[in-house]
Amino acid sequence: MTNSINEIAQAQVILVSGSNTTEAHPQVARRMFDAIDRGAKLIVIDPRRTRLAEHAHIHLAIRPGSDIPLLNAMMRIILDENLADDLFIEMRTENYHALRDMLYQLDLDETAEITGVPLAKISAAAQLYARAQKAVVCYCLGVTQHICGTNNVQSIANLAMLTGHVEKEFTGVDPLRGQNNVQGACDMGALPGHFPSYQPVNTAEYRTKFEQAWGTELSGTPGLSLMEMTHSGPQGAIRGMLIMGENPMLSDPNLKKVEATLKNLDLLVVSDIFLTETAALADVVFPAASFAEKTGTFTNSERRVQMVRQVIPPLGSCRSDGEIIMALSQVMGYDMRYESMAEVMEEIALLAPIYGGMFHDRIEGCWGLQWPCWNRDHAGTSFLHKYYFTRGRGHFVPATHEAAAELPDADFPFILNTGRVYHQYHTGTMTRQSSSLNREASEALLEVNPQDAARLGLRTGDWVELSSRRGSATVKAHITEQVAKGSVYTSFHFPAVAINLLTSDARDPKAQCPEYKVSAVRLEKINP
Amino acid sequence: MKDVLTTCVYCGCGCGVYLHEDQGRICGAFPSRNHPVSRNNLCVKGWNIHEFIHHPARLTEPLLRKAGHLTPVSWDEALTYTATRLTEIRDQTANQGLGVLSSAKCTNEENYLLQKFTRAVLKTNNIDQCARL
Repeated sequence: MTNSINEIAQAQVILVSGSNTTEAHPQVARRMFDAIDRGAKLIVIDPRRTRLAEHAHIHLAIRPGSDIPLLNAMMRIILDENLADDLFIEMRTENYHALRDMLYQLDLDETAEITGVPLAKISAAAQLYARAQKAVVCYCLGVTQHICGTNNVQSIANLAMLTGHVEKEFTGVDPLRGQNNVQGACDMGALPGHFPSYQPVNTAEYRTKFEQAWGTELSGTPGLSLMEMTHSGPQGAIRGMLIMGENPMLSDPNLKKVEATLKNLDLLVVSDIFLTETAALADVVFPAASFAEKTGTFTNSERRVQMVRQVIPPLGSCRSDGEIIMALSQVMGYDMRYESMAEVMEEIALLAPIYGGMFHDRIEGCWGLQWPCWNRDHAGTSFLHKYYFTRGRGHFVPATHEAAAELPDADFPFILNTGRVYHQYHTGTMTRQSSSLNREASEALLEVNPQDAARLGLRTGDWVELSSRRGSATVKAHITEQVAKGSVYTSFHFPAVAINLLTSDARDPKAQCPEYKVSAVRLEKINP
Repeated sequence: MKDVLTTCVYCGCGCGVYLHEDQGRICGAFPSRNHPVSRNNLCVKGWNIHEFIHHPARLTEPLLRKAGHLTPVSWDEALTYTATRLTEIRDQTANQGLGVLSSAKCTNEENYLLQKFTRAVLKTNNIDQCARL
């Protein structure tokens, strides 16, 4: 996020795209409702009528996968209404002419037609956003989990730069990070192409720095991404995998391919707190300590690095993942001994510039620090891009519509969309073991529009066989107007309905993010 | 009996949550009143965060697959076996055949150590996590 979570409550216009905020980021949703109470306007872009969409002043219920045409139409209207921030564009950005030329070639009626939203509504939203002094865009996986995910995000950036809605407090572009430390895992260089602090592995200068610090030679070739590994197939290049606290056997798309890959590995090592679907296939399983049994830091969505404190000693003979890695490294002949996690953080501060001032003794004494925090005296950064962007000038990249990889047809007439529910978390490894949470939501429900349900003779509670070109699952129907006609929606938390057996493994070529939000499926009622 | 302030392990909001410990067990959770994100509030997952920690299904000893079954073994045996096999595969495949998945649920320090291990010991950049899922 370029802003802090609390800033959202002070915005005048909040544009939310592809985020089921009330269920997946309850605290962020709270700030949105606070803002509405103060008189802010809420625009929601979502094919589904989520709870947040019900509170929206304008709900743009687009067809799945038509984010780019919608954003382009909004930008064209902003140009036509003369609402672009010319001074900001002149001083802070580049390549504006490419965007402007593309927008002027746009046929607005045709573009609105692709999105399925009336042009008047798009125009109202565009003007509302552009005229605001303090406007934030919050987006989530509904934007990124498409084959054109990178271009979707770029289009949001175009919109924000066109109107100058960055660089200020209460104004910016805020991707909401799904998991407690997904921000930190990226910051720490758990990425195939980057060392900690986003320093590319194929730049000699950075590589030399890490080679000197670690006392060994390092490879300058970027590695394989998650899906290139888990979908490499039974004869793939990957022969052994080490998986720490992840459950690809439930979370990855097109699970049959993942299973074929993992089952045919020469070695699968998993470290986790429960025997997950993935751990059950492993050759070696390490019992890991939970968050209550170890010390360290998490980085939240607003870049705030906060303490995780040990409350009890590890259960049984569990060890923290950190200790497991150190022990393994020791056995393999590379000395990796640290007295404490605070000492590991000192090494991070030395090598990762954005964490340069992060030390446990500092973070201990406050509510955490937000990166970039360059040195011990730096107070951290609550919002980004004041005066300049990381790369210098903001670069406009015009994007055009790209249809989803798999569109509905006669055999598979419905669009399947997947997501999360309030009471469960990711693959449910932790939440499914909690009796209170299971009491509230213990099974996956397939949301079906009433019109489709009437045609198929479906009622809430009926069982449905849901199938795609890749696999099928049996799931209980829930008839609701939350989903549009022709679309169905369910969650991926439950192994009983391993919905990722069905999902498409088509992915964005740049971000390698799979298209979870659009798969073509067929529904059949199962008669008891 | 004590209450320890820590950070919630669920979504990216990062609430400040107190864990209530009694006789070695975590038996409750409640929000931090002044934390900038949680501000005396938690979602249903946060309020019930203590429930999975002592669940009887928790793994408590290392397991090694022997004759098709995951069998409890000592840490030494599990670590030695893993180290030997990782070294073999790394050397046989000229550093190309190993892949590592790190975790968006683990700490920064652990993610740092795992990517260091992957790059410095396994000699590959094949490391990623579920940021996109």
